[in-house]
Amino acid sequence: MAAQTSLLHTSGLTIGYQAGKGKTKVIAGPLDLELHAGQLICLLGPNGCGKSTLLRTIAGLQHPLNGEIILDGAALKKLKPAQVARKISLVLTDNVRSGNLDVYSLISLGRYPYSGWLGILTEQDKLIIEQAIRATHTAAFLGRKMDSLSDGECQKVMLARAMAQDTPLIILDEPTAHLDLPSRIQLMRLLHQLAKETNKAILLSTHELDLALQVADQIWLMSNGGHLDAGLPEELVLNGSFQQAFDKDGIAFDAASGTFNIHYTGKRNIKVTGEGIAAFWTKKALVRNGFNISLSDENELSVSVSGEGPDSLWTIQQNNKTTIYTSLREFLDTL
Amino acid sequence: MLSILLVAFLLDVALGSVHIPLKEVIKVLFTSDSGNDTWVYIIEKIRLPKALTAIIVGCGLSVSGLQMQTLFRNPLAGPSVLGITAGASLGVALVMLSAGSITSLYTIKELGISGSWLIIVASSLGAALIMILIVSISSSLKDNVIVLIVGVMIGNITLSVISIWQYFSSPELIKDYLLWTFGSLGGVTGGQLGILAIVVFAGLLISFLSSKLLDALLLGDNYARSMGLTVKRARILIIGSTSILAGGITAFCGPIGFIGIAVPHLARALFNTSNHRILIPACCLIGTVLMLICDIVAQLPGSQTVLPINVITALVGSPVVIWIIAGPTKLRGF
Repeated sequence: MAAQTSLLHTSGLTIGYQAGKGKTKVIAGPLDLELHAGQLICLLGPNGCGKSTLLRTIAGLQHPLNGEIILDGAALKKLKPAQVARKISLVLTDNVRSGNLDVYSLISLGRYPYSGWLGILTEQDKLIIEQAIRATHTAAFLGRKMDSLSDGECQKVMLARAMAQDTPLIILDEPTAHLDLPSRIQLMRLLHQLAKETNKAILLSTHELDLALQVADQIWLMSNGGHLDAGLPEELVLNGSFQQAFDKDGIAFDAASGTFNIHYTGKRNIKVTGEGIAAFWTKKALVRNGFNISLSDENELSVSVSGEGPDSLWTIQQNNKTTIYTSLREFLDTL
Repeated sequence: MLSILLVAFLLDVALGSVHIPLKEVIKVLFTSDSGNDTWVYIIEKIRLPKALTAIIVGCGLSVSGLQMQTLFRNPLAGPSVLGITAGASLGVALVMLSAGSITSLYTIKELGISGSWLIIVASSLGAALIMILIVSISSSLKDNVIVLIVGVMIGNITLSVISIWQYFSSPELIKDYLLWTFGSLGGVTGGQLGILAIVVFAGLLISFLSSKLLDALLLGDNYARSMGLTVKRARILIIGSTSILAGGITAFCGPIGFIGIAVPHLARALFNTSNHRILIPACCLIGTVLMLICDIVAQLPGSQTVLPINVITALVGSPVVIWIIAGPTKLRGF
């Protein structure tokens, strides 16, 4: 991939905003980033670390405080808005549900940078719109008004509009916010697929760490204070960047499972024996209810889980007394 | 819709305080010849100019309202939202209420309130002044919402200046000014009609040519920018054409409310589109019909009285809009 020329790269990029006259507030930088065609890049980071500012700066909506952004061989600041519009398309968090827009009109607005004075669409334009609709599976919504769409449908339509703009780079600012889990997975899978099939570069910010770890070719991990680590998802997990970026009281990134765990400080010790799914979820429930799971035999309390699914049994040894429960709730209630 | 327009136009010309048979009206319109010279005079010099003014006003105010609603993405925006009509009013107040100037009073008395060139020039200057102020401020502002707030505030300042002036003026002068604020379609004749038509046509042309910009602005500033629109330049163009339309019409006819806010909603609901290439002509059509109907109602068919047009536009129009937007069909435009 090193031999391939980058679609976009930044050198010494410092982002931030004007804070009053002559003063600037630096959010992050200097950043040297690189972005290649066909890549899906996830920008991760805690709230308020400057993800949106970085995306807006790369998209040309906001000026960098310092440094250069090179887009397809040309300096971004020297390009006219109309030229940038043919290179970068956006999906933002802005509300678009007004103005009586129907889905098809909205998607066809993607052809804006290519159409003439009055914005009349050519056959070629309509063909590209068709393709965008097919690629994003939005054909079913076409006749509807934007304000009748669910959040997930709306994001897909906005993605279709960006596809219709037919740019080598698509930038999405938190496309998975407000979506339920299935829609989030669906959207991420779609983006991954699009990056591979169309050879577009897709850059998105998200809070979905586990999804990002699964689909991203690259992860840009931003932490509070403006530090940014770029690399393969697995690299960042292994070198401890994840733990650092999201380190907060009571939360820990578990490199073994790739998930975030909430630290509970348990008050009582319990020994859990048993294998399989039932034992796994029993441990989770116990931790949540304030227990420390330990393996030592000195505990006055121990439970062995046997069976699978609805036939699971919980056998509890407490002060040499044995009780058997058939449901997890019953078992937890007595404890 | 076009046939409704024709009928409304005919009725507007046919109805009035002097009864003229419909047949004669059509005859005069097409051949400018009729057995009765008075009828020809009434139709050619009074009713026809008035109906044409109604058409021009209907087009101009509706389109400028549409532009403001799209630019600010606000369903309550209208031509008056940027304080341009307030600026025109300030110009008029300046002339009418400055009682010291004998010449101004003389011209007003001689030529009637709305027909005076002095009034037209004064209100054009007032509107232009506010427009230059808004455009120059807005060129340094990033956010359209802030432009909107600044516009509303400037309008408020202008109106309160007028109020202070009224407070210190004599009742007769205030009455004259109040009469002007009721609006009138009847004062525009001959050369004035030509100038108004040219001004409004220029404004409509600019706004039709910026219909693509307006489409992009439907998604808000950021999206518009990402699609290659230079937002500040588009904003100046849109504010400019709105000012020409609203300022010009207010100068000639006085402030006419309601049409500018209501017609864009009707157009969106009836034509069920968001495309400004369709919405602008649609606004012209609906605005024209509504304005003609209002003018017919204002003459109170069968009576000798003529009500001020500004009263009628809201009285007739508001129920129509409520019915269309909240009624059984629920054609929501926004």
